[in-house]
Amino acid sequence: MSKIQATFERLRAQRRKVLIPFITAGDPDPALTVPLMHALVEAGSDIIELGVPFSDPMADGPTVQRASERALAKGVSLRKVLGMVANFRADNNETPVVLMGYANPIEAMGVEEFAAAAFDAGVDGVLVVDYSPQESGEFAKAMQANALDPIFLLAPTSTPERVAEVAALASGYVYYVSLKGVTGSSALDVKAVTARIPELRAALGVPVGVGFGIRDAKTAGAVARAADAVVVGSRIIEEIESSTAEDVCARVRDLVIELREGIDDAMMPACAGEC
Amino acid sequence: MVAPSYDLPDARGHFGPYGGIFVAETLIPALEELRAAYAEALKDPAFIAEFEYDLKHYVGRPSPVYHAKRWSEQLGGAQIYLKREDLNHTGAHKVNNCIGQAILARRMGKKRVIAETGAGQHGVATATVAARYGMECVVYMGSEDIRRQAANVYRMKLLGATVVPVESGSKTLKDAMNEAMRDWVTNVSETFYIIGTVAGPHPYPMMVRNFQAVVGKEAIGQMQEHCGRHPDAVIACVGGGSNAMGIFHPYIPVESVRLIGVEAAGDGLETGRHAASLNAGRPGVLHGNRTYLLQDENGQIIETHSISAGLDYPGVGPEHSWLKDSGRAEYATITDMEALAAFHTLCRMEGIIPALESSHALAYAAKLAPTLPKDKVLLVNLSGRGDKDIHTVAEKSGIKF
Repeated sequence: MSKIQATFERLRAQRRKVLIPFITAGDPDPALTVPLMHALVEAGSDIIELGVPFSDPMADGPTVQRASERALAKGVSLRKVLGMVANFRADNNETPVVLMGYANPIEAMGVEEFAAAAFDAGVDGVLVVDYSPQESGEFAKAMQANALDPIFLLAPTSTPERVAEVAALASGYVYYVSLKGVTGSSALDVKAVTARIPELRAALGVPVGVGFGIRDAKTAGAVARAADAVVVGSRIIEEIESSTAEDVCARVRDLVIELREGIDDAMMPACAGEC
Repeated sequence: MVAPSYDLPDARGHFGPYGGIFVAETLIPALEELRAAYAEALKDPAFIAEFEYDLKHYVGRPSPVYHAKRWSEQLGGAQIYLKREDLNHTGAHKVNNCIGQAILARRMGKKRVIAETGAGQHGVATATVAARYGMECVVYMGSEDIRRQAANVYRMKLLGATVVPVESGSKTLKDAMNEAMRDWVTNVSETFYIIGTVAGPHPYPMMVRNFQAVVGKEAIGQMQEHCGRHPDAVIACVGGGSNAMGIFHPYIPVESVRLIGVEAAGDGLETGRHAASLNAGRPGVLHGNRTYLLQDENGQIIETHSISAGLDYPGVGPEHSWLKDSGRAEYATITDMEALAAFHTLCRMEGIIPALESSHALAYAAKLAPTLPKDKVLLVNLSGRGDKDIHTVAEKSGIKF
């Protein structure tokens, strides 16, 4: 069983939902990434999505773009991101780490070489934003051959045929993009998002995480009632942007504690309907 | 003489290993809707008729093929013929594709069109057809390009378009394309994205090529009239590569015709300041397709340089990548200085002010012609006129208005 799958099963047994924060590796500084990852875990995160910076992040809004630019300006590359994961693993061998990024840095390294290096570093899953299922048969094979879960995106606009294509390749979980738009948008319709989740979960056979546009504990809680996992990215990066090197870990920890409480409160039996 | 039929891309948009669909899931349904709508339109005689009507009466097609006799004589070798896309309405080949996509957008019920632009030529062409068909138009343009191309920005505004400055990344064409994609993914139900070149996810490279193929189709008949035969070589500049794909495509099965694409060598390939993806790049994934890219060892896209903003792009259409690997086309390079020299020569010898983009193709023809006998024939795609470039050229010559 993969570490990601085990995490979902453990939380399901506790009747809790999985919290997945996203940060960009190397933002605001490469030296702060591993401490930030530990802060995320201390605050109650279950899986960490670590963004691999790319020069042309087409699917990201301005917040994640800026994070990517800051990281690139400090010389962060895919190989350096793998080094950060390995450093994190020196003190944490439990929390799954999912790399999220774009195809070109991986292809520049070579898919096979990347898969082996990611496994060695302690990566658990990889989400390549611009690898659609029809272009990623070989990639998914290379991931699974190295015990890595290939994570795919689905969207409100995805047809049943697309869902079936993803179901054939996906393991770990599927990331359901909750709105039309880029990361960091603010137009999440909780009802519309949650309505589709049972159907997706049944068709996919893996847990469904929801992200894009989740900006506070209340929304996180509302989404958690229906989804298996809640992904929060841009909101955390905003916190990083407005922090100093001294207080960034504490501020991110406080924010994630709030999100964690929002999710856990929403799952309390008394709260199941209204809160 | 004629090779087996050429029918790329395949059903999923691949030209050999290149092309394809590399976008976030949110865009997949929009691309499928576009693919289906385009396939249906191709079967509708009314769509074809409207496209052809507008090309004839609005753009002024067919554009002539002109024998540059004085220049050919001066060079003392092969005869040079020019396909005069510079005489089109809006001054370049770009408008052919914009009309095709705008008519398609209207059929699909989209009331808003968006575009990316570098030098502003595709933005102007898109703003023009949006005005012509009564559509809202938003053009994304890098803030650095806005500064360099103030006249085209004003043209777009005169035509009723909104020009949105892009401040991310290198603030040039590639970043404008990223931003247009972001707009499209957000407003996908009412918006049509008019991509200006033969790049992007399937079906764009195929669709843009097909709309631009009118250039090559006309040229085949026109060269027959002029010379009673095919040219020995067809030469076109390549940034994204739409004018080149347009004139190459009908010639691909005609094996006797050399196809020569000319990339921008900027300050020279050895300086690293250039935009020659096919000559100095390696395959990767950007803007929805797999193709040759200028990138660093970590797979980050690098900034490009060319005197011609229209060639200043780190990628290239995936079909060119395939034509290069398969050997059907050759890709040469021309520096800024060589292109400038050809620009001045054409002004003085033929009374034609060419675009700096097209000047790269002209410069290569000027190198090749003297090496060939006088009965050989070169056809150069004069893809645009140079009015937009006079400030750049004046600046290079140390002249102030």
